Amino acid sequence: MQSEVMFAGFGGQGILLSGKMLAEAAMAKGFEVAWVPSYGPEMRGGTAYCMVVVSEKSIASPIIQNPMHLIAMNRPSLEKFAPVVKPSGVVLINSSLISAGAGRDDIDELALPVTEIARELGSVKIANIVALGAFVARSKIVDFESLRKTVKEEFADKEKFIPLNMAALDRGKKMALEVEPSNIPRPS
Amino acid sequence: MGKVLMKGNEAIGEAAIKAGCLNYFAYPITPQSEVAEYLSRRLPEVDGVFLQGESEVAVSYMVFGAAACGERVFTTSSSPGISLMSEAISYIAGAECPAVFVNIMRGGPGLGGILPSQADYLQATKGIGHGDFRLLVMAPASVQEAVEMVMMAFPLAEKYRNPVMILGDGLIGQMMEPVEFPDRLQSEPINKDDWATNGMAMRKSEQRNLVKSLFLDPEQLNAHNLVLKAKYERMAREEVKYDSYNTAVNYKALVVSYGTMSRVCRTAIDDLKADGFEVGMIRPQIVFPFPESAVYDAASKKSCKIVICIEMSMGQMVEDVERSVKGIRPVRWYGKCGGEVPTPEEVMDAIKACEE
Repeated sequence: MQSEVMFAGFGGQGILLSGKMLAEAAMAKGFEVAWVPSYGPEMRGGTAYCMVVVSEKSIASPIIQNPMHLIAMNRPSLEKFAPVVKPSGVVLINSSLISAGAGRDDIDELALPVTEIARELGSVKIANIVALGAFVARSKIVDFESLRKTVKEEFADKEKFIPLNMAALDRGKKMALEVEPSNIPRPS
Repeated sequence: MGKVLMKGNEAIGEAAIKAGCLNYFAYPITPQSEVAEYLSRRLPEVDGVFLQGESEVAVSYMVFGAAACGERVFTTSSSPGISLMSEAISYIAGAECPAVFVNIMRGGPGLGGILPSQADYLQATKGIGHGDFRLLVMAPASVQEAVEMVMMAFPLAEKYRNPVMILGDGLIGQMMEPVEFPDRLQSEPINKDDWATNGMAMRKSEQRNLVKSLFLDPEQLNAHNLVLKAKYERMAREEVKYDSYNTAVNYKALVVSYGTMSRVCRTAIDDLKADGFEVGMIRPQIVFPFPESAVYDAASKKSCKIVICIEMSMGQMVEDVERSVKGIRPVRWYGKCGGEVPTPEEVMDAIKACEE
């Protein structure tokens, strides 16, 4: 079993970092992982995305056309990648910045105002962590506790940020579980 | 040290330290700049030397200088930067000094682009610079393999007193994967007394060593070229390295592919297998010397009708594959350039199209 997650948004939204933390959490659980960034001629405020592949066996191609899941932090990302997500995948939409939906009825669409929630928690910078918590809780791609542990370790040398990040993860989780899951058959 | 999640470029830097290389000179270029970023921080911690040169040309001669002193030394760059270094690489090969060059390839020609490519295959495997010489060229397909190859590259460079190249593509440099570092390299210290210019006092010897690539006497230069030739022939006998995939079955087509491209091929081969179409693969891990007999043997399997060379270039490896197959099977090519990594679906279609 292999799943792929596309993280996409503006440069500066912490896209690459949240992808890395998911990969770390999955690796800690014994999965094979690959983290593939976009590294085109990017600029600040431009698009940034990365693909995280999580698999039970060694990963052949790290190049993925149709990811299982998508976390879209801005509108161009949603427009670009929502059409290629595999049926029944989770599509998390940052509704603080995106007023549209994925336009699909075969995916598990989860629209959450992660930027607003992050601001409410104390910093817009943690919108990516709110999204990550929500996504992991919803997709169950890795164990939530393992993710918490990884995020804690990521901030080991900036300890004062740990409580804020934990709050962000937990708030994301809470919201993801409050939204009624779409009637999508889950892959076993 | 257990498994760590690391970017290919950073892992390459750490692997060099684990291999006992404490001299690194570099000039930044996408997509390999993180090697320099990582080592600029890491080398001072282990009493190593990191120096950013004013250009790739300068860097390559710093490498020559350290190599001539018998020090483990390496540099990293990407395609256009490697072209600038090719003059010094020729001098280093001519002077028979060991050094390691890492090329994290991007698309070309010229400035080209910054995305993954395998467009420097011919340059790397056919002797990169002027004169009559070859590099031993290793082509990793994962971050873990890049680490292992970097660690092997130093003893191999010393064994042959010849530059070794790690030929990775942009994805190998940019991707993060779990890696486990082998223990610090425990290789025999090389005997450099009879060639290194590290000072007579250092060697406690009477002999004055001279590192040079200039041989004005034609007879002497011919003799020197024969020595080099014997070295490359020895590489061909002793350093062939490849991996086989799905070759135990009766495959109808054989793929030859290396680096990131070979991983995409693996997915395509698995998917074709599910459709009942068997395809085998030979993946050269060392591309010079090329695994000629392995490719020939795999191509000569009765069930095999065709050999397909798949690479992120316009067919640079085809002539090595054709040379190996010796005309017993038709050889086809599929590939893409410019930073576009073919998808497994495209590779599947290409294999099916070749087979028809």
